[in-house]
Amino acid sequence: MIKKVSPHIVQNEPLIFERSSPGKRGYQLPELDVPNVDAEAALGRQNVRGEIEDFPEISEVEAIRHFTRLSTWNYAIDLGLYPLGSCTMKYNPRVNELVARIDGLAWAHPYQPEHLSQGCMEVIAALENALAVITGMDAVTLQPAAGAHGEFTGLLMIRALQEHRGNPRKKILVPDSAHGTNPATASMVGYAVENIESNDRGMVDMDRLSRHVTEDVAGLMITNPNTVGVFEQDIKRITGLLHEKGALVYMDGANMNALVGVARPSDFGIDVMHLNLHKTFSTPHGGGGPGSGAVAVRDILKPFLPGPRLKRESDRWTWDYDLPQSIGRVRSFYGNFGVLVRALAYIMAHGGDGLRRATLDALLNANYIRKKLEAHYEIAYQSPTMHECVFSDDRQARKGVRTGDIAKRLIDYGFHPYTVSFPLIVRGALMIEPTETESKRELDLFADAMISIAQEVEDNPELVLQAPHSTRTSRVDEVTAARKPILRWKSSVRSAQAAD
Amino acid sequence: MTYPENYKYTKEHEWVLVEGNTGTVGITDHAQQELGDIVYVDLPKVGATFDKGKSFGSVESVKAVSDIYSPVAGEVVAINDLLTQHPEKLNEDPHGAAWLIKLKLPSGGDLTELLSAEDYQKYIGE
Repeated sequence: MIKKVSPHIVQNEPLIFERSSPGKRGYQLPELDVPNVDAEAALGRQNVRGEIEDFPEISEVEAIRHFTRLSTWNYAIDLGLYPLGSCTMKYNPRVNELVARIDGLAWAHPYQPEHLSQGCMEVIAALENALAVITGMDAVTLQPAAGAHGEFTGLLMIRALQEHRGNPRKKILVPDSAHGTNPATASMVGYAVENIESNDRGMVDMDRLSRHVTEDVAGLMITNPNTVGVFEQDIKRITGLLHEKGALVYMDGANMNALVGVARPSDFGIDVMHLNLHKTFSTPHGGGGPGSGAVAVRDILKPFLPGPRLKRESDRWTWDYDLPQSIGRVRSFYGNFGVLVRALAYIMAHGGDGLRRATLDALLNANYIRKKLEAHYEIAYQSPTMHECVFSDDRQARKGVRTGDIAKRLIDYGFHPYTVSFPLIVRGALMIEPTETESKRELDLFADAMISIAQEVEDNPELVLQAPHSTRTSRVDEVTAARKPILRWKSSVRSAQAAD
Repeated sequence: MTYPENYKYTKEHEWVLVEGNTGTVGITDHAQQELGDIVYVDLPKVGATFDKGKSFGSVESVKAVSDIYSPVAGEVVAINDLLTQHPEKLNEDPHGAAWLIKLKLPSGGDLTELLSAEDYQKYIGE
């Protein structure tokens, strides 16, 4: 039987464990030229590790081919549009990678003395300053390793300030259009969470909010623009309402790509916020990290920032550990430094005008997609679109086709799916964020694909329900995978034994 | 699927059946349809007490995790063990075999603000 009938790029690939041939060696060692020692006698039996059971035994070239083939299965921003809403999957210029790899930065050791680390410290100082200018805030910490870590840091500071004022208070308010991690963060910091329902414009409902704002509220966590891609038009009234009762306002900066260079959160009353440097500021997002959730604060929170803090002493930088009110370190050393270098390079290369233009292009692209698709998909809210647009699958659902099915069909058209079924406040959400880096040509290809799928839903819904058709595996059984997960590979021998 | 007349319903899509001082609580057929295939049900321990309207557990589907809110106040006297091994039962028989918890109610329980079967079906637009 002929086993090889298609090029590798469309061939399926077994697990590396399944490629193993017992006893196979891809190396040869020279003869032992020292006396052979019995490890067990010399070290004691408990210190000797045996063979790793079922470790794959293959040659070097087989290992190389296995992983190279797998690498060709990836979809990446380098292949095309990646419209995963809320994730800001934009192209990150290669020059920033180059800068992050400069020897003196890439090989710096966190324990090297301060006088040999002045360059790295300058990078941190310059980036803190740039982010303070962009957000309009008074101080910045670069320690948090990602967005949720930034939220945690910010809320610890809110708690520290409220405690300092005499009462930590009990609650954090979170609108239902906020980022999904916000309630979990508030809970981790020991607060009860109260959910604020949005109104029919997709914004925080002022009446509902004002009923919740009491002296028990330590703060509000708001995402602006929120997860439906809408700017909170009442934001100044919202922050004013909270401030009147002595509460603070945290802004989740996950959607900062819609504001950089155009609006400063400090101007609309935000007290503390994080920035996802791995979304907005040139570190690839979605690779599993590392990220950076830099946190910016207003003056009143400055004493509580994580330590140590940079301090200028005559002509050099030094670390200041004498911070009696600090919430303490939140990350070993000084954050994910490589991400910080990329962010600074990105900001300096763009300059203020460039950053502003990137933001306006991100908004333009999202609005272009909205206009192209509005006739074919139900827009969730009529409010103006910022950097992303959210549709519902209402029209397609009448034919039995849901957002997840449309997303799978989109794979056949050569695009990564948009964000599916989120935010939860929109039934059957299709959340699309094109970012500023896409050309009109790419956006048109994407829009045409989406329009074509909408037509297929009308003419031949089965085609969409069975998609994808062009991939190695079609629909995987998500339900069984979640109900009866198999979390690790076991050899057939041991699986059989386990079954007995 | 029918919505039993002797159940009371919430706008958060739970139901409660009160018999004597015991309240049996579950989620509605509409809720399981919206959630899709349910893969995990997180229930409280026997002996835990909940106020009316407080979250007592969650239901996880392939799409989302949703809190479940207690339609009445009470103490948990039984949980439905069937669901730990067979969460799919919640898709198959949400108004019957796939009840979630049984609560001991303080003197009949407070059934105000709960919906009748007819009103609930109007609410969800069926």
